[in-house]
Amino acid sequence: MAKITLDNIRHSYYPNPQRDEDFALKRVALDWADGGAYALLGPSGCGKTTLLNLISGLLVPSEGRILFDGRDVSTASPEQRNIAQVFQFPVIYDTMTVYDNLAFPLRNRGVPEAEVDKRVREIAEMLELTATLRNRASGLTADGKQKISLGRGLVRADVNVIMFDEPLTVIDPHLKWQLRSKLKELHQKIRRTMIYVTHDQTEALTFADQVVVMNNGEVVQTGTPVELFERPMHTFVGHFIGSPGMNLLPCEVKDGKASVAGTVIQTVNAAAVKDAPGKLEIGVRPEFVSFAKTGLPVDIVKVADAGRFRIVETRGGGGSIKLLVKEGDAIPEGSAHLSFDPARTQIYRDGWMVGAAP
Amino acid sequence: MSLELQNIAKQVGAGMHIHPTSLVLEPGTFNVLLGTTLSGKTTLMQLMAGIQKPSSGRILFRGKDVTGVAVQKRNASMVYQQFINYPNFNVYDNIASPLRVAGMSSAEIDKRVGRAAEILRLTPMLKRRPSELSGGQQQRTAIARAIVKDSDLILLDEPLANLDYKLLEEMRDELPKLFAGRNAVVVYATTEPTEALLFGGNTATLHEGRITQFGPTGDVYRRPSNVLTAQVFSDPPVNVAKVVKRGGEISLSDTIRWKAGKSLSHLTDGNYTIGIRPHHISPTAHGEDTVEVEGRVLVTELSGSESVIHFALNGQTWVSQSHGIHPFKVGSNAKLHVDVGQSLYFGRNGELVEIGS
Amino acid sequence: MNKTVNQKAWFFVLPVFLMVAFNALIPLMTVVNYSVQESFGNNEFFWSGVGWFEQVLRSERFHAALLRQILFTSLVLLIQIPLGLVIALAMPRSGPWVSVCLVLMALPLLIPWNVVGAMWNIFALPDIGLLGKMINSLGIPYNYTRQPISAWFTTVLMDVWHWTSLVVLLCYAGLVSIPDAYYQAAKVDGAKPWAVFRYIQLPKLKHVLTIAILLRFMDSFMIYSEVVVLTGGGPGNSTTFLSIDLVKMAIGQFDLGPAAAMSIVYFLIILLASWLFFTLMMQDEGR
Repeated sequence: MAKITLDNIRHSYYPNPQRDEDFALKRVALDWADGGAYALLGPSGCGKTTLLNLISGLLVPSEGRILFDGRDVSTASPEQRNIAQVFQFPVIYDTMTVYDNLAFPLRNRGVPEAEVDKRVREIAEMLELTATLRNRASGLTADGKQKISLGRGLVRADVNVIMFDEPLTVIDPHLKWQLRSKLKELHQKIRRTMIYVTHDQTEALTFADQVVVMNNGEVVQTGTPVELFERPMHTFVGHFIGSPGMNLLPCEVKDGKASVAGTVIQTVNAAAVKDAPGKLEIGVRPEFVSFAKTGLPVDIVKVADAGRFRIVETRGGGGSIKLLVKEGDAIPEGSAHLSFDPARTQIYRDGWMVGAAP
Repeated sequence: MSLELQNIAKQVGAGMHIHPTSLVLEPGTFNVLLGTTLSGKTTLMQLMAGIQKPSSGRILFRGKDVTGVAVQKRNASMVYQQFINYPNFNVYDNIASPLRVAGMSSAEIDKRVGRAAEILRLTPMLKRRPSELSGGQQQRTAIARAIVKDSDLILLDEPLANLDYKLLEEMRDELPKLFAGRNAVVVYATTEPTEALLFGGNTATLHEGRITQFGPTGDVYRRPSNVLTAQVFSDPPVNVAKVVKRGGEISLSDTIRWKAGKSLSHLTDGNYTIGIRPHHISPTAHGEDTVEVEGRVLVTELSGSESVIHFALNGQTWVSQSHGIHPFKVGSNAKLHVDVGQSLYFGRNGELVEIGS
Repeated sequence: MNKTVNQKAWFFVLPVFLMVAFNALIPLMTVVNYSVQESFGNNEFFWSGVGWFEQVLRSERFHAALLRQILFTSLVLLIQIPLGLVIALAMPRSGPWVSVCLVLMALPLLIPWNVVGAMWNIFALPDIGLLGKMINSLGIPYNYTRQPISAWFTTVLMDVWHWTSLVVLLCYAGLVSIPDAYYQAAKVDGAKPWAVFRYIQLPKLKHVLTIAILLRFMDSFMIYSEVVVLTGGGPGNSTTFLSIDLVKMAIGQFDLGPAAAMSIVYFLIILLASWLFFTLMMQDEGR
C-alpha cells in the first residue's frame, strides 16, 4: 500500500510539445493517502486514462514526478511499481484454468506453491470464483472474466495500488451493479488503495471516497461525493455530477442581492460578488428546487416519470429549470412558482464559484 | 398504419429465441422493448424489420401481410449500438445514402439532409468523415440517416449504450422530440429501466424470448402483471421474498409481520410472493404503513445525494435506496423502515394479485 | 443470423459458375473417365472399373513417390512454420521500418515459380554457383546433381526461401491484431517474454497458424515447377515427388489410365489430410 503523490505532472503524446493544446494533461498535482478509494471522473478525452497510465507506469510523464511513499517512480516500470490494473475488457490467459490465471502473477515471482495455493483460494473465495477454479478461463462470462482480471491484481500481497480503467464497460447492464457493489465491498474489506477511472458518475460516486473530476486535461475539482454534489466549485462539476445536472440561470447582482429576471433569489455567496467583469450565473441542483407559493415564476413544460421521482422541466427566468418531485407529491398545472434552497444555491462567475479559490 | 405481429415465433436449432408472441404497435407511438441482454430484443426487432424471417406466425403492416417481404422493401430504418456509418462517405453522403438509393432528386435530397442535420446539430460537420467525429456525433449521424427517409418503421437497438453518461442523458432528452411529429412506429430497445420510464410511451418487457407485458410505460411499471415484469422493470432490482397470509396478518418471518390492510382482505390465506421496491425501504421512518426491520449491512454505496444499502435479512440480500447520506458501517445492524403500503403481491404462478397494504 | 433470400443474385454468379465448370469440373470429369477405362489406342476404350486404382495403390513406384512427398512436406512444415513465426515476432509493429520489412518479405512470393527453380539451379551449382562453391570450399562435398542428400538439401532450402514469407506475413497480421492491453497486463503480472509468447501470442495466433499450415501443406504436397526446373526429379528419382511422378507417367509414358487413377488418389489424399487437420485444429471452436 502506498501514498501516491503527483507532483506537477504534464504529459504530451507529441515529441516536442509547444502549446497548451499539445498536452493531453495540462497540470496535475494530487496527493492520495494510503488505502483510499479514488475515482477519476470525466468525459471522453479529458485525460483520465492518460493519468491512469502515468500512475501505473505504462507511460512516462513528459514533465513532473510521480512518487510512491515519497520514492520517485516516474521512470519505473509497472512491475517495479507493484501495481495491478483491470482493463476495459477482460484480459485473461485463454489457455489456462481460472486457478492458473490467478496463480500466474505469484508463480512469475517465484512464490512457493503452497503459498500460491493459499492466496489463490483466498481471493477466489472473496470473488465467488471458487466453483469455477478448475474450469478453463475462456469459458466464463464477461463479468467472470473481469473478476479473474481483478483477482490477478488482488492475489499479490505487495500490491501498492489497484487501478480500474472503466472496468464495467463490457459487463451486462443488469450485472453491472452487482460487480460494482462487489468492488465496493472488496475495498471496504481489504482497504487497499484503489483508483477507478470512469465517465459514469454513478460508478464514481458510489465507489470512491474522493473523486477527481477532470475536463480537458485538467483537474476541475477534487472532493468527496457529498462535497462535489453540494458545493460544486465549477459549473462543469455541477453539470457533470448529478442526474439531471445542475440548473444554470443568468443573473444579476446588485447591493449584495442576486436576482434572476427580476425575482430576488437567496444565495450562499451573493455578498461576496464584487463588481468585476464576467458572466454571472446562478447554479442550483434540481434536488434543491421545489414548488412554492411565491418565487420565480415559471411555466411547466414537461413531466418525465423516473419511477421513484418525477423530473419536471420548466421554463422561466431566462432559461430552463428542472426539479425533482417525489413519488406521490402533486405537480401543479400550467404555471407555478419555484423556490430554491438558499444554502444550496450558488453564484458562478465565468464558470467558477464566486468566493472560492480557483 | 399499425404494425401487427400475430403469433410470431423464432426457433433456432432446438432453442426458441422468441416464443409465440402477438403485439400491435400504433403509428406515431414510441415503444420501448425492455429486457436484459439475450432476452430477445434484437431478434424481435429484426423480425419486425424483415431481416429475419419468423419460424411461424404473420406480420401485418397497414393490414397487409408482409411476413415474406424482404427488409429492403419494408421502408424501415435501423440504428445500432455501434455507430454504424459508411466510413468512406462524409456526413452529408452518409445521411443522403438512403435517399440516393430511393432515387430522389438532388434538390429534395439537399433539403432533407439539411433539415435532418439541423435537428441533430450536425450542420457544421457535414463535410467530415465518421473517423473524424466523436462517438456522440457518429451516433447522431446514424440517427439522422434513419430519420431522413421518412420510414414507416424506425428501430433503435440500444443506440445510446456506447455513449458517455452525460451525452446519453442529453440524447435521451432529445430523442422523443425527434420522433414526435412523425407517423412512424418507433421501437427502441434498451436494458435500462430508467430509460424506459423517462421516454414514456409504451413499454414491452421481455424475458427469455417472451413478452411478459405490454402497455403504457407508467402502467407496466406501477402495475406489473407478474413477478418477471417487476424484476425486469427495476434498477436496482426489486426485493422479492415469500410471505404468508394468515388470519389478517402478513408475515415475512417469525419476527417480521404486519396487519393486512383493507385492500388485501379479499386474498385467501396462503403463500404469496411480495415485491418491495428499493426506494420504499429507508433508514428514516416515513408514512403510516411502515414496518421496522433490522438487517446486517453488507455494502453501502453512497453517491452525492443518495444511499444504496445492501443488507442481509431473513437469509437473503435486500437493497434499499434512499435520499440523503447514511454511512452505515459494514457488518453493523441497521434499522430500516419498509413501506409496505406500496408492495406488490404475486400469487402462486407469479401473477399480480394486489398492490398495497 | 439469416441473410435475406435474393433470387436475382444467382445471375451474378452464373458467369463464374460457367467458367469454373469449364476449367475445373469438366477436366476433372475427364480424368475420372480415364481412370476407369482402358485403351489400346485408336480412341477405343474398355471399362476397367477399379483396375487402375488397384494397380496404382499396389505399385512400389507410387509408394516410393508418396513416401518422398510425405518426407518433403514434413520437413518443409517443420522448418517454415516455426521460422516464419519467429521472423514475424522479430518484425517491428510500428514505425518507419514496418513497410520496408513487409516489402522485403513479399519479394520472394512475387517471383514466378519456375524462375525460382532456375535461380536456385544456378545458385547451387557446385562449380560456378555461389552457394555451391561456398559449401564445397568449407570442405563439405556438395553436388546436387549427383548426390541425393545434396539434392534434398537444396530443394528444401529453396522451398524455405520461397515460402517462409507467406507464413511470416500471415503470422504478422495475426500478431498486429492483438490489443495492447494484453501486453500491458502481462507486464503488470511480471510475465517473462517466453510466458508472453506461450500464454498470449500463441493462443491468439491459433487461427492464423491453422491457415498457414493448411496452405503450406497443400502447396508443398503439390509442388512441381520449382523442383522440376531445379533437379528434374533427380538425381535418379531421389527428388521425384508425387506430382513429378504423375506427370512422368501421364505425359512421359502416356499411360493415361494409371495416371488418371493416380491423380484421383492424389486429390483424395490431399482432401482427406486437409479436412482431418482442419477439423482437429478447429474442434475447440464449437464450445
